[in-house]
Amino acid sequence: MLTFTIRRLILAVPTLLFISLVIFLLLELAPGDPMAQVPLTVPPEVKEKMREALGLGEPLHVRYWKWVVQFFWIEPQVMFDNMFGTTFAEGKQRILSWQTRSPVMDMVAQRLPQTLWVVGMSYIVGILIALPIGIYSAYRQYSVFDQSGTFITMIGFSIPPFFTGPLLIMVFAVQLGWFPSVYDTTHVVNDWDSFVVQLRQMIMPVMVLALQTTAQISRFMRASMLDNLNQDYVRTARAKGLPENIVVLVHVLRNSMIPVVTAIALGIPGIFGGAIITEVVFKVNGIGDQLLNALFANDLPSVQTLTFMIAVLIVVFNLIADVLYGVLDPRIRYD
Amino acid sequence: MTEQDQKIEALQDAVPTDPPHSQWKDVWDQFRKHKGALMGGSFLLLITLAVLIGEYVWTIDPQKLDIRNKDVRPIYTAIWNGDAKVQWAHPLGTDNLGRDALANLIVGGRTSMAVGWVAMILALSIGTTIGVLAGYFRRLDGPLMRFTDLVLSLPILPLLLVAVTLFREQLRATFGPETGMFILIVGVVGVTSWMQTARIVRSEILALKEREFIVAARSIGTTPGAIIRRHLLPNVISPIMVSATLGLAIAIITESALSFLGVGFPPDFPTWGKMLADAVPRMDQFPERVMLPGLAISLTVLSVNYLGDGLRDALDPRIRGR
Repeated sequence: MLTFTIRRLILAVPTLLFISLVIFLLLELAPGDPMAQVPLTVPPEVKEKMREALGLGEPLHVRYWKWVVQFFWIEPQVMFDNMFGTTFAEGKQRILSWQTRSPVMDMVAQRLPQTLWVVGMSYIVGILIALPIGIYSAYRQYSVFDQSGTFITMIGFSIPPFFTGPLLIMVFAVQLGWFPSVYDTTHVVNDWDSFVVQLRQMIMPVMVLALQTTAQISRFMRASMLDNLNQDYVRTARAKGLPENIVVLVHVLRNSMIPVVTAIALGIPGIFGGAIITEVVFKVNGIGDQLLNALFANDLPSVQTLTFMIAVLIVVFNLIADVLYGVLDPRIRYD
Repeated sequence: MTEQDQKIEALQDAVPTDPPHSQWKDVWDQFRKHKGALMGGSFLLLITLAVLIGEYVWTIDPQKLDIRNKDVRPIYTAIWNGDAKVQWAHPLGTDNLGRDALANLIVGGRTSMAVGWVAMILALSIGTTIGVLAGYFRRLDGPLMRFTDLVLSLPILPLLLVAVTLFREQLRATFGPETGMFILIVGVVGVTSWMQTARIVRSEILALKEREFIVAARSIGTTPGAIIRRHLLPNVISPIMVSATLGLAIAIITESALSFLGVGFPPDFPTWGKMLADAVPRMDQFPERVMLPGLAISLTVLSVNYLGDGLRDALDPRIRGR
């Protein structure tokens, strides 16, 4: 199991390098000029100096290398320093935002918890709703529950988050007034009342994202359960007198989870895309919102780092799914 | 009469009683049984026709400003609110500049559908090419599939946002604001959504490649190109069609999402996503401006998804005929 995990970890390195290269080249090949906003009265030699000050004077590979070093070597050191009070990163050049001239990662550290909190919660909520639905509709195939479940998941598939978001705001925030329409990230939870407030403001963004997840995962769960329910080992388990709930919830479920875990892992990029839209709709100041702001302000280092941060999150979650895969299916571990 | 006897009797017939029917007739028979798919297919046809010829039926210019008749509510509002400002001239109302909502929905729908279809075809051709190459040529399999996995773990929406924002000016200058944006959005959506098709096509090709008819074709000296064109592609048409419906749905949603986030087409060029985004700030007063384009997107995607579901059942010989 340990070697399996380590092998997966090593495989993640070229993936991350490839993604960083794609992002870097995409920004590099873009025809936009970061100096386009500078007034025309500024003489060209001053402009040249400004370009160099932004770090644009160096050739391509040097800049790529520096960015990779900054991201993978200096920023972790800063994180280490903040945690243990050491001074490894002192005086080293960090990734600076062109907008604020402050390190990008400091802003990411401020905003990442909001994104992870909303995205993570919604993914977990979505999966927790989806699994029982999938299991039950497979167990009672073509029942009323199954038919309506299929219909609802179809709708969940089809309604994009930028429609469900405003729709929920319209119904629950404007008409009924149950939940606030804007997510207040400065809210501190310290007692029961403030916890209730936090819960109420989280319900809508989480539900918007969870709807998509639920729709996808419950369909996968249903299909995979259906494949397994007709297998011989299920008949054996029943024949030897195991109670029905153990047959379904232990024997069949564990085997059916394997493709579902893949589906969960493959859904992660989509959920981060949905998170950007949800953050815009509910005005959550997470990293998706920060990415949009940086994009519109032509703040290339921030864009580069934020896009890559999202990629890192995706790769990390995929890694977790891979390891889970190994836990569920011993054959994969020894492959 | 037992089943055994029936079989023997059928064998004694000089000619089969039923005329032989083609594979596509079987597919159509199975497809017809799926009510959702039939409804989805007809709705998709209807909405495609509506956005294609709607302009000639509903001849109001979608860009025409009519400031006296601004903020007209849809005609159905009169049912529960007698004082609402409604007009038969604008059955779905007008926006805050007096532009007709129905005309905008028609024109916006045409953009959304066009982007969806072209991006889907682009994604399908890339996906099929990569899938066929990886499945047929063993040497290419490893690198191409590794590449597909890498692309699958890319953060698609952030990259789309970055690409559209950064390349917008250049393409606008070269091809004009609308065509440039169309090329850009179709390009980026197509280039980032081919991976599922490639995987499915590859696995089908891998299974087909070992079948006797391919071995036979190879043994009489058919070139790989001809084998792929004549024998393999016709046999993978069904998974390709199913992923085409998925791709169409994804492309329509992605285009709308980009428009919603404000990086889509120019402001005077309506699409469903942008109409929705523009309406969000005043949705407490004019909920229909969010509902109508939102419903249009959702219903189109829903019908495409149902169509795909029915196609999958109809094209799968293991399910067909059950």
